[in-house]
Amino acid sequence: MKKLFVMLVPLLFLTGCSSSSTWGWYVINPMTASGWTNVKFLISGMGDTIVISLIAAVISIALGLVVALPGLAKHRGWRLLNRIYVEFVRSIPLLPMLFWVFYGLPIIFREMGLDIPIDPFWGAVITLALSDSAFTAEIFRAGIQSIARGQTEAAQTIGLNYLQTMRYVILPQAIRRILPPLANQFIYIVKMSAFASVIGMQELTRRANELVVTEYRPLEIYSLLILEYLVLVLVISAGVRWLERRLGSDERN
Amino acid sequence: MPAAAIELRSVNKWYDTFHVLKDIDLSVGSGEKTVICGPSGSGKSTVVRCINRLEEHQSGSIKVDGVELTNNPQSVAAIRSEVGMVFQQFNLFPHLSVLENLTLGPIKARGLSRQAAEERAMHYLERVKIPEQAKKRPGQLSGGQQQRVAIARSLCMEPKVLLFDEPTSALDPEMISEVLDVMVELAEDGMTMVVVTHEMGFARRVADQMIFMDGGEIVERGTPEEFFGAPRSVRCQKFLSQILQH
Repeated sequence: MKKLFVMLVPLLFLTGCSSSSTWGWYVINPMTASGWTNVKFLISGMGDTIVISLIAAVISIALGLVVALPGLAKHRGWRLLNRIYVEFVRSIPLLPMLFWVFYGLPIIFREMGLDIPIDPFWGAVITLALSDSAFTAEIFRAGIQSIARGQTEAAQTIGLNYLQTMRYVILPQAIRRILPPLANQFIYIVKMSAFASVIGMQELTRRANELVVTEYRPLEIYSLLILEYLVLVLVISAGVRWLERRLGSDERN
Repeated sequence: MPAAAIELRSVNKWYDTFHVLKDIDLSVGSGEKTVICGPSGSGKSTVVRCINRLEEHQSGSIKVDGVELTNNPQSVAAIRSEVGMVFQQFNLFPHLSVLENLTLGPIKARGLSRQAAEERAMHYLERVKIPEQAKKRPGQLSGGQQQRVAIARSLCMEPKVLLFDEPTSALDPEMISEVLDVMVELAEDGMTMVVVTHEMGFARRVADQMIFMDGGEIVERGTPEEFFGAPRSVRCQKFLSQILQH
């Protein structure tokens, strides 16, 4: 990590040095003791950002699949349930939803006699997962619908039931097709996890804000923050490319 | 007299207001081969698809091996386990190898061990004469080979009846005979078959019963000798003269 940073910072120096009074790189200069302390403080938010995003993405994918399946049912009632969930959940902006989950949900739990505290970590995870699940559900629905009807029919004629048909025939083919849009959603989650900072989660954005308040150097610190997200997203992109090659979703067939 | 393998009694079906099947009566004895032909849109595929409940009929009764087909999922499952189906578009699973295509049903639906399922799969792959393709993906095979894999996949479920829905219509001409050869062999081994096809040479050779459909009705039925020798209805005469003139 330090190596990468040392490689990136000179780039910004180049743009920054032309009018030296605007930039004050000392604040995050890894060569000085105080600068390195600041950098370590900022980068150590990476862990929470990654863990929050990963857990939220896993929940969102599972929930999205569960919501998508009734949307494909023959019966209108099931399809209506799917529509209500998707339209309702995707209409809620992330920040109000975060407030509702973090400040509102514990009250409902208490009313129900349940002692379930919601800390900033789970507040962020639940909000991101819920909010994203409506989009994941639509991606799954489109992916499953894109698989030819004959595949389901062939599966039925060799005796597979609904769940077996999904599990062994339809989903493996659909996943290959929807990997690119699912990756988009994961990147979206990583970026939206910045909102967790407002309920006190010490992730990347929160740490940058805290340092800005003590150092008064927003330009340098927020530049580094943007770079941190860039690195995260590039790593995800590379991972997804690898997965696409492994699953063969980069092939046409 | 033994119970018929397939028995349709005044079966009717509508798509909204369009009457696709009109009072279809059809009886196929065990070991018998029935060939259904007719112009496109005549309802011949729909008949076959109703027999294993890929389509629902609205009135009349369909019995397979004595079991009546109803909305009860158990009756559907019971009948599907007796009835194999070969599609015009093959419908192989493209993400699985040939061997996995063949073992999926026996393992997941029948509870066979992987080893038993693979032995059975190889047995039927040899029967359709492509055991050497077992490890390939369907996309790497020719159309004729794919259709033979699809036939083997149906056979792996060891059905009592095999339905064919225009099995050679999507094939290039030079591949049609390799598929028909396999079907003739199956017929000679005593499999009960219902085949929707325009391959009249095949029909003449294996059919016990010929059915001609037009406009959702069975217009003519008989032995191949009666059917090809002296078709009674004008529609059937016209149809035969059209497809046999080349």
